[in-house]
Order: sequence, then C-alpha cells, then structure tokens
Amino acid sequence: MWVMIGMLTALPSASLFARQKARTVVPKGMVLVGSGVYKALYDNGGKFDGVDVPSFFIDENPVTNAEFLTFVTQNPKWRRSKISPLFAESTYLANWAGDVNLGKLGPNEPVTNVSWFAAKSYAKWKGNRLPTVAEWEYVAGAGTRSARGKDEPGFEKRVLILTNQPTPKPLPDVGQSSPNYWGVRDLHGLVWEWVLNFNSALVTGESRADANLERKLFCGSGVVGASDFTDYAAFMRFAFRGSVNASYSGANLGFRTVRSM
Amino acid sequence: MTHFFGSFKYSLATLTTVLILFVFPGCQSETLKGEEQAILTHAPAVPSPITRNYPTKVIIELETTEVVRRLADGVDYTFWTFGGEVPGKFIRVREGDQVEFHLNNHPDSKMPHNIDLHAVTGPGGGAASSFTAPGKGTVFSFAALNPGLYVYHCATAPVGMHIANGMYGLILVEPKEGLPPVDQEYYVMQSEFYTHGAYGEAGLQPFDMGKAILETPDYVVFNGSVGSTTGDKALTAKVGDKIRLFIGNGGPNLVSSFHVIGEIFDLVNTEGGSVQNKNVQTTLVPAGGSSIVEFTVDVPGTFIIVDHSIFRAFNKGALAMLTVTGDAVPEIYSGLQAESVYLPEGGGIQGLSGSTPNAFVAKTMDERIAEGGRIFAANCAACHQAAGQGIPGVFPPLAGSDFLMSDPARAAGAVINGLSGPIEVNGVAYNGVMPGVKLSDEQVANVLTYVMNSFGNKGTEMTPSQVANVRAGH
Repeated sequence: MWVMIGMLTALPSASLFARQKARTVVPKGMVLVGSGVYKALYDNGGKFDGVDVPSFFIDENPVTNAEFLTFVTQNPKWRRSKISPLFAESTYLANWAGDVNLGKLGPNEPVTNVSWFAAKSYAKWKGNRLPTVAEWEYVAGAGTRSARGKDEPGFEKRVLILTNQPTPKPLPDVGQSSPNYWGVRDLHGLVWEWVLNFNSALVTGESRADANLERKLFCGSGVVGASDFTDYAAFMRFAFRGSVNASYSGANLGFRTVRSM
Repeated sequence: MTHFFGSFKYSLATLTTVLILFVFPGCQSETLKGEEQAILTHAPAVPSPITRNYPTKVIIELETTEVVRRLADGVDYTFWTFGGEVPGKFIRVREGDQVEFHLNNHPDSKMPHNIDLHAVTGPGGGAASSFTAPGKGTVFSFAALNPGLYVYHCATAPVGMHIANGMYGLILVEPKEGLPPVDQEYYVMQSEFYTHGAYGEAGLQPFDMGKAILETPDYVVFNGSVGSTTGDKALTAKVGDKIRLFIGNGGPNLVSSFHVIGEIFDLVNTEGGSVQNKNVQTTLVPAGGSSIVEFTVDVPGTFIIVDHSIFRAFNKGALAMLTVTGDAVPEIYSGLQAESVYLPEGGGIQGLSGSTPNAFVAKTMDERIAEGGRIFAANCAACHQAAGQGIPGVFPPLAGSDFLMSDPARAAGAVINGLSGPIEVNGVAYNGVMPGVKLSDEQVANVLTYVMNSFGNKGTEMTPSQVANVRAGH
C-alpha cells in the first residue's frame, strides 16, 4: 500500500499522448488514458511519492441498465432472484421490474443497485476489470484541457458542486456531460462508482480520529493524514467508499470498467 | 457474589438492587424499567417534559436526508438533515436512561452519515458506531450519564461540510429530579451558511468551501432559514408566562452572543450545564454548545431575538421573534422607548452614496414588483415586517402609509440616503434612524414599486431614471 502513496510528478506531454493515441486500437466504448502518477488524498501530509498509473483503457461512460441487462440475461446466477445473499443485499437491482425486465428505467441510464461482486463479475465477463482507486481518481482528476484539473481555475469548485448536488431522479442517461481531458464522461455528479479496492482506505466513520489509524496501519485517514485539505469532493468519495461493504447495492452507486494495455 | 447468594435468602429483586448498588455506587442507583419510543420534534417545538421518576430504555429513530429547501426568500440550499429539517429533531431523555439509537440513512441520500451526540460517553460520541451508507441503518446504545443540554451533529468527512450543510440538533438529558415547570418551552438553534452567492442572491446556492474556511458566512440564522421564526411563525406567549428556551449553536464556526431584546434572562444554565447564573442580558453559546435560559414575560409586544454580534442579526439573518400578547403593564414598560441601538440595516451594504451594478433589469411593472419583493425581503422586511405593517412606535408601517404614498421621491431619498429624526406616519410619531441601503437605481425603483403596490397600497411605477434624479439631488 505504501507504493500507492505520494506526489504527482511527471506527466507525459500532450504531444506524446497524441502520438500514443494515434497508434493504439481503442476498444469500442472505451477511451485511452495516458500514464501518469496519482497523488493519494490520504498520504500522511504529502510525504510519499505518487502511485504510478500505467496507460490503460476505461469506459467512456458508466455501465448502463441495458448493458447490465445483457449480462444478467446471459449469466442467470447474477439475476435478482438467483443471486446469493452473500454477494448482494436485498436492494440488488431492486428498481428493476423483474429478473430481466427494466420496467420504467431507461436503458441508457447508469445501472445502480449493484453490488461490488456483481460489478466485478460483469467486468470480467466483458474481458475487463474494475478500476483501482488510483486509476479512478487519476482519471477523475483530469480537467477539460489537461490531465491535472487542479491547475485549471474553478475545477475543484465545479467538481465539489457536482458532487454535492442530490442525485437527480430519474437518473439522466449516461454520456450527457462533457468529456474530460481523456474523453471520459460522468465521473462527477451522476452516480458514485465502484472501484476494485474500495475498502483499502480505512475510514472508520469516526473520521476525525482516522489519523491514528493512518499512522498505525497504512492507507486510510480522515483529516490529519490528508495531503490536500481542500479537496472536499475527494473526502466525500473516500467517505462513501468507507461506508459500504462489497454486498452493498445502493441507489446512487454504479460502476465502469477498465482494461489494461 | 456467590457468597452473598449462598448465605442469604434475598429475594431476586433485592439481590439485583444490592448488586447494582455494589457495582455502581452512586452512579446508577436506579434500575431500568420498561421501554419506550422517544417522540422527537421539529424546531421550535420541544417534546413534553418527562414525567417518569425512573430510568427506562428509550428507543430513538432518526433519519438522515438530503433535501432542497428555502434558506431565504428566493434562495434555496441543499440541506443535509437529521429528520428532514434544519436544525435536526429535538431529543429528550432522562438522566440514567439507556438509549438505543437507530440512525437510518434514506436510500436517496448521496452521502454516508453518522452521528456524534455530545451527550454520549464513548468514542466519537457514537460516530464511530453509526457510520451509515445511503439506504442502510445502524444501531448503537449508550447510557445518558450526565444531565444537560447537548448538541449532536454529523461527523463524516468532510466533517465541516456535513455540519455546514445543516447536520446538527439538540438532545436534552433531563436531570433525575426533572426541570421546574414553565408555561412555554421552545427550541432555537443558531447556525451559519456559506453560499456561493452573496446574501440574498437568488437561486439554488451551492456551499462555498472558501468562505467556510475563512469563517465568513453569508447567512447566520436561527432554526435553519432567514425568517424561520418571524411574523406568523414567531414564538408566542402570554403576559405572565414563564418561558424556557433551549438554545443550541450548530456553528460550524461562529460563537453566538444570544440576546433577547427587551428581556433579561432570570436564569441561565450556562453552556447547557448545571451551573445557574441569574439576571443575564446576553449569554454566550459556543459552536457545538448550548444554553438553557428562563425568563418571565411581563409585558406584551414583539421581542426580537438576535445574535448580538449585531451585523449577523440585521445583515445575515440571525433574527427571530417572540410575540407576547396580553394587557399592557405601563408601570413596567411605558411604551415610549425606541430601540434605536438595534436598528436593522438590511442585507444590502450601507453606503453613503454611489450605486452597485445590478444584472437584473425589469422590463415590465410586474417584473419590477416581483424583483422588488425579493429586495424587500432581503433588506427591508426585518424592520418594516413582511406585510409592511411595521412595529408600532418603533418601525413605521409601509402598508397604507400616508408618508410613503404622498411623496414617492421622498421615499426614494430615504432608501438611498437614509432617514432620521421625527416623522409622523398615519398620525403616529416616530423618531428613529433608517440607514441608507446600498442599492442600484434599478433596485431602488423595483423595491419602491413593490412597496407602493403591495400590502393594499395602490400606487404608480417608480423608474430607475426617477431614482437617478433623486440621487442627483433634483
């Protein structure tokens, strides 16, 4: 876990990324993310080097109801009536009309009420995987013009406002927000997204005391161990991740997948 | 213990009592009896006093929700709440009660929440045991060991933001002997809001982190919004009533100088604890702290409740009202005194001259009236009252006002430059000070067109060019 921690250093220059993009075949529905370094939110005051994030592919949009319907149609054990209670709570796909029936939900709305187990299994079925915290945060930290949104005026404020606003009802279709520097949409303000190691940050719920955990263990922290006290949206994401377990199937939580190069 | 059991033929009940006395001498000399569901109330109501003379198991159900509600007229805010409103629901238990706390986070919530009750003895005040994802519920229990009035709040990261968005309330742990009976009990909680736009700027206002860190709020309010407890929603009492206010301060940053204009607190439980102070004018309520005040209302009238850090009261919204009805008692209060020290200035910044840029330009008289109403609510209603009725003898009425309607240009001058000294309105003499309000010509025109066409007034439209003439001294 120590490796995950540290400073954002060299980023590939834009022209280097453009050349990489030109010679790469990108899977359908995904975009290419150039390599870089993720500076962890919880890194005990910025003492550590960053997490190297190699180049990878990520879904342009969150997984939709229609896509997840195809998955459960082809994989009956992930249907609502079949899934083991170990792998999902009773709220799993609770907003669907039936096992393979979306009911009133729009096919292009992001799928929600899915557990981590189901999301992970879907990703595997697609030949992909769930993003790591570092990958997700690295992509979500991109602005509209550069890989480092923090350097763009108003970026953090915009992300905070998007993160803070209540989840719209019904959920809008995916892909309606403008893409970020990498071409990825809907990272902020639509739904929360599962990540592979969502529970690696040790947020106990008593977030003011988590700094002790941070010192005694490694990764998580509430306040004192944070590298950036102003990134409130990131605090919210880490708090949310810390509040759930892998069978959690909430109405505001979806996911997207990634593929290694 | 087995020695006791083997040697003496105590009845089971006696034995239990003996054991408890033995194990917790002086700490818990009473046994828990029965179980009940706590009834919680929204401010300004307070649950009924506890009549039990024994401790019980109290079950508390509290739901966290995230809702868009009014912060001021024309201004909305996304509040995070305990129980659907700000402040959170009032909880009342008895010293020695065993509290089983159920925290339920609504499935539509976006954020996880928890609760830190200052009445709890234990890590995080319960926060460590109540971290609750949307659509989940958690349960923890605690003993109400210490009597007093305590703040509760959410303590999920980012903690400041959860509090800034409205997640606080009060829990009263009544002492074993109960509180002396009074005629009225009310729940008033102060807090501040940090919005993207300035005070009164219309629309759904997002939280502004920069202002929160600088501790420069746009709104300081009682019970969650500007005007929550004024006019029709004022606290009420009758002459002779003994009143007890349970006052909390959610912060997140500011300390309150709590004051009721025209009253002296007979008794104050300082900081919500057990020490009583007498004859107090202004009591300090810390952020994350409380105070219990008692006073008897001897004369009728409207008593203004303020944070006596006074610009908060008149420019940021920290103003509530207590309306006391009954017969006048001239030997206590003659009725001639004016409250000139506390004159409200309204939300606009006062200035000597000049105008501020204003994006809104009314195209029709209806638009002018609509916008004027908003400006009125933000700048004028604190004194002249929402229905323009004023406060007799203190703030002159606008409704049916001969002074206003007979000379609109003079009225414009009063808004621009202020007005002081003796005037007569509808045959009643006033001698106060109205400060000038820093509004643009357009805004002055809008607000005057509004007041001259509201509250039963029938008047003409005032235009920005007419206002400009007045401003230029023509």
